[in-house]
Amino acid sequence: MIQFDNVNKRYESGQDALGRVSLEIDRAEMVFLTGHSGAGKSTLLKLLTAIERPTRGSIIVGGQNLNRLRNGQIPYYRRNLGIVFQNHQLLFDRSVFDNVALPLSVSGCSKREVGRRVRAALDKVGLLHKEKQNPIVLSGGEQQRVGIARAVVNKPALLVADEPTGNLDPQLSEEIMGLFRQFNAVGTTVLIASHDLELIARMRQRVLTLQQGQLIYDGYPSREPAY
Amino acid sequence: MNQRIKPSPARTQPQAPERARSTGAVTARTGMGDRFGSWLGHHREMWRESWVRFFASPMSSGMTALVIAIALALPAALQLGLTNFQKAVAGWDGQPQISVFLHKRAKESAVTSFADNLRGDPLVAEVTYISPEQALAEFQQSSGLGDALIGMDSNPLPAVLLVRPRGSDSASLEFLAERLRASALTDSVVLDMAWVQRLANLTELGRRMSLGLAFLLALGVLLVVVNSIRLHIENRRDEILVVKLVGATDAFVRRPFLYTGLVYGLVGGLIAWLLVSLGVWLLAGPVRGLANLYGSGFRLGGPGFTYLAGLAGGAALLGLTGAWLAVARHISAIQPR
Repeated sequence: MIQFDNVNKRYESGQDALGRVSLEIDRAEMVFLTGHSGAGKSTLLKLLTAIERPTRGSIIVGGQNLNRLRNGQIPYYRRNLGIVFQNHQLLFDRSVFDNVALPLSVSGCSKREVGRRVRAALDKVGLLHKEKQNPIVLSGGEQQRVGIARAVVNKPALLVADEPTGNLDPQLSEEIMGLFRQFNAVGTTVLIASHDLELIARMRQRVLTLQQGQLIYDGYPSREPAY
Repeated sequence: MNQRIKPSPARTQPQAPERARSTGAVTARTGMGDRFGSWLGHHREMWRESWVRFFASPMSSGMTALVIAIALALPAALQLGLTNFQKAVAGWDGQPQISVFLHKRAKESAVTSFADNLRGDPLVAEVTYISPEQALAEFQQSSGLGDALIGMDSNPLPAVLLVRPRGSDSASLEFLAERLRASALTDSVVLDMAWVQRLANLTELGRRMSLGLAFLLALGVLLVVVNSIRLHIENRRDEILVVKLVGATDAFVRRPFLYTGLVYGLVGGLIAWLLVSLGVWLLAGPVRGLANLYGSGFRLGGPGFTYLAGLAGGAALLGLTGAWLAVARHISAIQPR
């Protein structure tokens, strides 16, 4: 599903955010990406979401080579991607329903289809009864769930999350992770960047660890610490 | 429940080599007709939404529209005034007239045959013969100096031929006048053309000035729209970032702003038309009075429906262009970081 081949990212400031990272993530895998802040997690996610382009090396996602992606193709590429943000990035000038519907209206879905899919996604995250509310009145956990509903409403093959539990207490975090696990169970590839090592250890999934732009660990931590 | 979220089969099958994959294949999940329908739907929705947004902040939108309206009403009023002026003088501009004053001793029969001769000339449209007696009678009637003439023992006025030429370009007029002058019967020829030229020049001057003004003010309108749309874009920055991240194309992001520019222009043009109409309504009374005093049936023509269509359409186009300029400059600068 995801293939990084000797990927290097050097920002214009001359700083190497990623150096020769190679990795492979299979379809329907669930993988955690961890590391200190500044280790290159965000850069890796930005490359994956075509916000940044690699300086060297190639990235292939779902058979599509991101190096060859023209600017005009980026929107279409992103439609196959579900992105969950740490600060959930909801729009407070519209209802929960309209927030979740955004990816669908962007890709030109019919009204009926939008209604059906948005309700299915909201039902999945347990917020169907709040579809008419403004997200600003929801709790942090609920807001994040709306963000997740928005990320999955397009039925993406790949779900990318950047610190999805960053601001949540352990119990809520656990709930959110449970949701990701459910999506993964039906075949969605899930990549979650997080620094919550305790939580990651409990999930018992594959972990990638970055340090100063290098991939220093790739495996399944059972008892051994990630780093 | 899980089935509804399950990725569609098309997306879980092995992908073709990346070279063969086009953007079309990626987005083929929604049918072509469906996509066109929703594209149209988005246009409709943005059109509706831009009106909602316009009236959601009536003060700022209204002010922008009013600035546009005033800037457009000025040249529009000037243009209308010019049209009216041309209409008012239409009765006496087009046809220049050549007055041929004949020698006092010219025989009437010679004059008549000269006139007949002239009537056969291809350059001449009409010849009117005014005998000295007719001229005297007319002079007495119109000048009020009749009493002064009674004391004279002979008629001081010569016979006159009023020649209306067929063409009105100055070269052929001069040529005709020269020929008339050459006749032995002619005492003098007055080609009353200077004022015709003066009028034409004045009208042309007014037309060009109003065009120049219109151009400058249209530029002003453009800048006003660019600035308002820029503010709109800034206000909706977060939204733009989010929709770009969920796969919005630039066209999708641009659309609401283009419609907003269109609405600004349209409303501005409408108000401009109302302003001009109001002006005409206020001036119609005095103009009618003035025309009556000059014995003319002239009435001030208001900005009609075609004027409304032209003004609103032109303004809408200006609004759209301004929005394009703003959007082209500012939206591509907003990229997720």
